[in-house]
Amino acid sequence: MKMKMIQKLTLAAAVASLAMATAFLPAGSARASAEGPELHEVDWSFNGPFGTFDRSQLRRGYKVYKEVCATCHSMQYVHFRNLGEPGGPEFTGPEVKALAAGYQVQDGPDLSGDMFERPGEGKDVFPAPYANEEAAAASLGAYPPDLSLVAKSRVGGPDYIHALMIGYTEAPADVTVPAGGYYNPYFTAGSGIIAMPPPLSDGQVDYDDGTPNTAEQMSQDVSAFLMWTAEPKLEARHRLGFQVMAYLLALAGILFFATRKIWADQH
Amino acid sequence: MSGNSTYNPSNGFTRWLDERLPIMRLGHDTAVSYPVPKNLNYWWTFGGILTFMLVAQIITGVVLAMHYVPTTALAFASVEHIMRDVNYGWVLRYTHANGASMFFIAVYIHMFRGLYYGSYKAPREILWILGCLIYLLMMATAFFGYVLPWGQMSFWGATVITNLFGAIPLVGQSVATWLWGGFAIGDPTINRFFSLHYLFPFLIFGVVILHIWALHVTGQNNPAGVEVKNKEQDTVPFTPYATVKDAFGLSVFLIMFAYFVFYAPNSLGDVENYTQANSLKTPLHIVPEWYLLPFYAILRAVPSKLGGVILMFGAIAILFVLPWLDTSKVRSARFRPLYKQFFWLFLVVCLVLGWCGGQMPDNVLFSVGGVDIIVTHLARVLTFYYFFHFIVLFPLLGLIERPKPLPESIAASVLGGKTAAAKA
Amino acid sequence: MADIHAVEPTRRDFLYVATGAFAAIGAGAAVWPLIDQMNPDASVLALASIELDIGAVPVGQEITVKWRGKPVFVRHRTEAEVAAADAVDITELKDPQTDDQRLMAGPDGKLEKQWLILVGICTHLGCVPLAYKGEYDGYFCPCHGSVYDTSGRIRKGPAPTNLEVPPYQFVSDTKIKIG
Repeated sequence: MKMKMIQKLTLAAAVASLAMATAFLPAGSARASAEGPELHEVDWSFNGPFGTFDRSQLRRGYKVYKEVCATCHSMQYVHFRNLGEPGGPEFTGPEVKALAAGYQVQDGPDLSGDMFERPGEGKDVFPAPYANEEAAAASLGAYPPDLSLVAKSRVGGPDYIHALMIGYTEAPADVTVPAGGYYNPYFTAGSGIIAMPPPLSDGQVDYDDGTPNTAEQMSQDVSAFLMWTAEPKLEARHRLGFQVMAYLLALAGILFFATRKIWADQH
Repeated sequence: MSGNSTYNPSNGFTRWLDERLPIMRLGHDTAVSYPVPKNLNYWWTFGGILTFMLVAQIITGVVLAMHYVPTTALAFASVEHIMRDVNYGWVLRYTHANGASMFFIAVYIHMFRGLYYGSYKAPREILWILGCLIYLLMMATAFFGYVLPWGQMSFWGATVITNLFGAIPLVGQSVATWLWGGFAIGDPTINRFFSLHYLFPFLIFGVVILHIWALHVTGQNNPAGVEVKNKEQDTVPFTPYATVKDAFGLSVFLIMFAYFVFYAPNSLGDVENYTQANSLKTPLHIVPEWYLLPFYAILRAVPSKLGGVILMFGAIAILFVLPWLDTSKVRSARFRPLYKQFFWLFLVVCLVLGWCGGQMPDNVLFSVGGVDIIVTHLARVLTFYYFFHFIVLFPLLGLIERPKPLPESIAASVLGGKTAAAKA
Repeated sequence: MADIHAVEPTRRDFLYVATGAFAAIGAGAAVWPLIDQMNPDASVLALASIELDIGAVPVGQEITVKWRGKPVFVRHRTEAEVAAADAVDITELKDPQTDDQRLMAGPDGKLEKQWLILVGICTHLGCVPLAYKGEYDGYFCPCHGSVYDTSGRIRKGPAPTNLEVPPYQFVSDTKIKIG
């Protein structure tokens, strides 16, 4: 009888602590959806406790990134070698080498003290299209944010990126869009006015794997790719999480019976 | 520690050691033979959980410090290096970051348990005050730690909190400049915060030892709130009874902890902290971590800067004098029908204050006859209640309340519970 | 309590041991990340091997490059240096090795006699020896006076072994991969 009460109390403790922790969560998400339109929730392959990245999608997303985004955006925390690591697009060793060699990176100084350009290698990060934030802002009108972590630094993550990519509309009558700006209701940080022109249009990037290259598809692919750049250990996290959870549940079970056994003579 | 030791060295070596350094005796008396009231419920397992969390935070923190670089230029990048390159770096960092939140969940449960069962009352005043001190040190440690990743919220949170000291009359600005080591948060600040973030957990560890010492002198309070009268009938030895129960409580707690680390590692943090600090651009909405939100709400509820700072620190300071504000002779809320209701009201007030702290202060809640009621108004009412609860209700309730009859002993309360349950 | 032990001592003891053992397994597993985090991380391992263009090093000169945080000497030996290294009677050496054993073959399978690649760390106590110094015009360690010849073999002084040859291979005639 007492055991029943103890179980209930334990459950209550767990629920209460979860409630205390999550009671404050809506504060974060509520403020974003209060301003911009509701985000369409994509059924990503990496969602859920067993989610993994879709390798072909990451490879397509990389192509979109390379041909479209990289013209203006940097990606300073991602190395070429990452493209070949487990849990990512998993390009083969020679593929990564060839991909990296397609970029010129600055190195040096050489023996005479000069900086020089050489083909990229696995150890290098993606070279930035502009020397610094100021140069990018001066040339483009606004600084295009670094994309390494963008899927974790925006409320909604990949859903937000996807919505933003294809969410450009005509501005409502009461909104004046300044010269060099565009209207995108999802861009809440700028109250709908964004300096980035609509980046994707149907058929823009040629896919090698025969996937239809609609703007919608490309947008999803690049959003998934950016989720990977932000959280490259997501698959490892899900895998280890399952092992830890299985162990802890078993441990809690054993301890529950041990507790009951040991306390049996006290009730 | 509680006096009569029952330790009996079992062989020549332990006898030899016991005469020179009775460390085995200390361990035996503290963690094996120490008598615990037999009616403790699962709310009493949080002391053990907190000890575990402190050690877990220290270990993961020491390890993270092997890779972290406390400079404005490299702090953010070094955290990303930990997340991307260091072997198991992502587990260590997510465990440490979410561990801070778990630590606070556990400490709040521990504190509210103390409030409900009157654990702060004589003779446990020192025990309670040491606990308040630990809580204060925890908040300072968490604040220093939150600055280290050098994200936008790190920077602006630190700016807001250190500017609070600017509210001190006459010397405020000098104090703020002294804290920063410059004219704004910068390299000197992040380096000293790193140093203090490393130091404070060891201060906490020291106070925890005093806290446990004080606990073992007075003995634990218990749900019935009556003292141990007969050690044989009222108590059980710590090992195995409390050990296994604490371990079970901890394992359930760890399941929740693991859920956050592996499946929702960023849900308790702010997205802004994945953007590197930029001293020229403030985020639209600055909020502290969830565990500081109630105090942040109190700070913003007061129209004057100095007044807000005083009330915010006052909200913590008042906890230290609770043992002398409460006039009731009865400890446990089980037998205090009036106090029990106000306890739950107080809990709700704290939760709603926390909610207010996370909202824009000007958000309109509802309109009455054309007058907009905004978040700040609600926060003011709740702030008033927070202090009213301690300053007015605590002394008053003890005088006007008619407590229910107390059980004769702990053993009697256990038997009483059993017969009641059997009837049901 | 006493009677419990009398009734079922083995079951209860088994419970303690099983619970403790299961918890210990978890604690043990949790320790591994704490240890492994000190091993070389992905960014360090990415630099574990380097490719190097040696075509520009003139005969009779040597360059120093950094590999795994250590200096590596790449020496373009003259014919006289090669001949001197070959002429040594290895039975007289403290650490007997022929010059050929310390060289690698090029892409054509022929030994690249003119290229000597060495880890530039004295095998005595870890100082960096000076090139083209000492009695044999090979290397001389300024710390304790070890003298190496033009094959990097120890000839005089306290060092116990020859200078280490790092693992490397010729990718092309003028390109080597170290590590």
